[in-house]
Amino acid sequence: MSHESTYVPNSGFERWLDKRLPLIRFGDDFMGFPTPKNLNYWYTFGGILTLCLMIQIITGVILAMHYTAHEDYAFWSVEHIMRDVNFGHIIRYAHANGASMFFIAVYLHMFRGLYYGSYKEPREIIWILGVVIFLLMMGTAFMGYVLPWGQMSFWGATVITSLFGAIPVVGDSIKTLLWGGYSVDNPTLNRFYALHYLLPFLIAGVVVLHIWALHVPGNTNPTGVEIKNVKKDTVPFHPYYTVKDGFAVVLFLMLFAAFLFFMPNSLGHPDNYIEANPLVTPAHIVPEWYFLPFYAMLRAITFDILWVIPAKLGGVLVMFGSIAILFVLPWLDRSKVRSMRYRPWAKMWFFIFVVNAVFLGWLGGMPAEQPYILLAQIATLYYFAYFLVILPILSIVETPKPLPKSISEDVLAKKKAKKKKPAADVSGGVAQPAE
Amino acid sequence: MMKKFLKTLTAVALPVMMIGSMAHAAGGETKPLKHPHFAFEGVTGSYDQDALQRGFQVYREVCAACHSLNYVAFRHLGDPGGPYAMDECPVGVPEGTDCSNPNNNPIIKALAAEYMIEDGPDDAGDMFMRPGLPSDYFPSPFANPQQAMAANGGAMPPDMSLIAKARHHGPQYIYSLMLGYEEPPASITVAPGTHYNVYYPGDTTSLLNEEYLDEEGHPLDGVEIPYGGAFKMAAPLRDGAVTYADGSDETVEQYAYDVASFLMWAAEPKMEQRKQMGMVVFVYLFILAIIVYLSYKQLWKNVKDTD
Repeated sequence: MSHESTYVPNSGFERWLDKRLPLIRFGDDFMGFPTPKNLNYWYTFGGILTLCLMIQIITGVILAMHYTAHEDYAFWSVEHIMRDVNFGHIIRYAHANGASMFFIAVYLHMFRGLYYGSYKEPREIIWILGVVIFLLMMGTAFMGYVLPWGQMSFWGATVITSLFGAIPVVGDSIKTLLWGGYSVDNPTLNRFYALHYLLPFLIAGVVVLHIWALHVPGNTNPTGVEIKNVKKDTVPFHPYYTVKDGFAVVLFLMLFAAFLFFMPNSLGHPDNYIEANPLVTPAHIVPEWYFLPFYAMLRAITFDILWVIPAKLGGVLVMFGSIAILFVLPWLDRSKVRSMRYRPWAKMWFFIFVVNAVFLGWLGGMPAEQPYILLAQIATLYYFAYFLVILPILSIVETPKPLPKSISEDVLAKKKAKKKKPAADVSGGVAQPAE
Repeated sequence: MMKKFLKTLTAVALPVMMIGSMAHAAGGETKPLKHPHFAFEGVTGSYDQDALQRGFQVYREVCAACHSLNYVAFRHLGDPGGPYAMDECPVGVPEGTDCSNPNNNPIIKALAAEYMIEDGPDDAGDMFMRPGLPSDYFPSPFANPQQAMAANGGAMPPDMSLIAKARHHGPQYIYSLMLGYEEPPASITVAPGTHYNVYYPGDTTSLLNEEYLDEEGHPLDGVEIPYGGAFKMAAPLRDGAVTYADGSDETVEQYAYDVASFLMWAAEPKMEQRKQMGMVVFVYLFILAIIVYLSYKQLWKNVKDTD
């Protein structure tokens, strides 16, 4: 914890404990962490994501008590959960839709980070750990989707694991290792189940590091200006942000509940209610919605790259590269200004990036034919160009708007502006800097 | 600030949701599905028990000849929301019996007993047949998939337990399919043993007659590809095929509506409990949201004013 401890043990027991295991001090410091007072609702997704992870682990452990990881019983045991286990249908729908909610939140959290430059010095490690969490989430979600052993489970697993076969030299060995044999089969289901149970705890571990790393330099904020005066610029996390995050959590739970209780199958694919059958291939194999942008990039590479990389390997490289590039983002965007509020050009390209990402998702659900392939190639190009060309160039050529002197000054200036012309503030997308 | 946040969020979330639904666009063109109003639709929709009972009768007298119902047990029919759920015992049942428990439900017990179930082995090591119990599952019409395929021209009749969730817009699809057997248009030839249906997601391109194809076998420009496709199931229902005891119409439309309702129940037997719980959860979250929002405003008022 980077800020000075303000905890004073009151009772004899607290003093005794504080000398041996300063647990209460830790909690007190943790909850009292000085947090910029101008955080908006985009900053509530960290708390929401923590809740998502907890919901997934709790519902998942209960499901594991009733699930059977065997090719002959897996599908049956899921139906047993849906029909005969007390509240089993709610728990399974919560787990399945919870995964989607988790990804909605993580994508918004990442867009938040991209917009406000949360990845920049001195927060590179927070960002990198976040990308690690994202990768682990993708692995966990993918393997979890295989467990019900429906048609889309089986064929999704077949398509994605086959990709590893494209890696030169070791590809086939990796594929065999993943499958535990020579095709997706019972051993595959068993190892995916074991890993699906393991990975969430690794995620929880990396989340601890993520938050620890956050508590060293502290939060960013929408101005991107560092805390100058703790008293003026910050409030203690609790109760100020517990209550604000709490409100956002309740709204998020409403969205979750809408899916869970009233349209629990709308984000899934009907084919997954057909038991896996290695002899019947579904007409369209599509991954879950949250993988669609990456699936689109994978399929966009229909040509050999530079004559030496075959198209299949190229697609795999591009797909993994699209995430790998996030690891080096802090060193690609060299602009000293964090928040895109003050970067008129970067802001525009950022919003195109968001639209492009959504567009890629749409393309991922379309059949692999023209004109979708060409559109996916253009969109993939933009995805990479944003990181490799646009941000590095803008770091040099862009003239940022003047920054506010401090967080509190920005808050005050906004207040004044609001008092002068109350209607104007709502429509303007960007807050004006103080000067 | 909240307003702006929600605005931006909607701007991004809406396309994402649309992608979710559009990603599932199917390949084969079928006629747009018929959409009767089902009682179970909507936030407060619940199953129409009479329709479930009639639908079960249609399943039992018609569909069950070929289609299994593997994941449904007799007792499920007596669960809350099910076709034969019962709050109070009918006359003649011993006093003190709880008929809301499907195992005591006289209709379920009688129904189960009409089926013969293989059990065993007995003490001599032999398998034997006995009348069904509420805890037994519906027996399959065929001993194994090979037998099912041999009896159905090489096609496997799918299990019906989850069919309403295993097809896009399942109940509408089932309803439409029952009503979609039409004379094939002149431009296509339907192979013997298969049946044309405007709602079946096949591809009629391969059925087009030669005069509509170019040399490479592609349809000529301007040739309209008919809706639907051909498959092995003959039209299973005709008016009057099932005799209803409650005086409902004995038409294919009514049968189709009833059996689609029953199959939706079979696929999603806990829907009513789920929606009821959802209502309570929403009321709770709504009140909680107000309380938390007011606390948030109250608490933050001081922060912003003192500076």
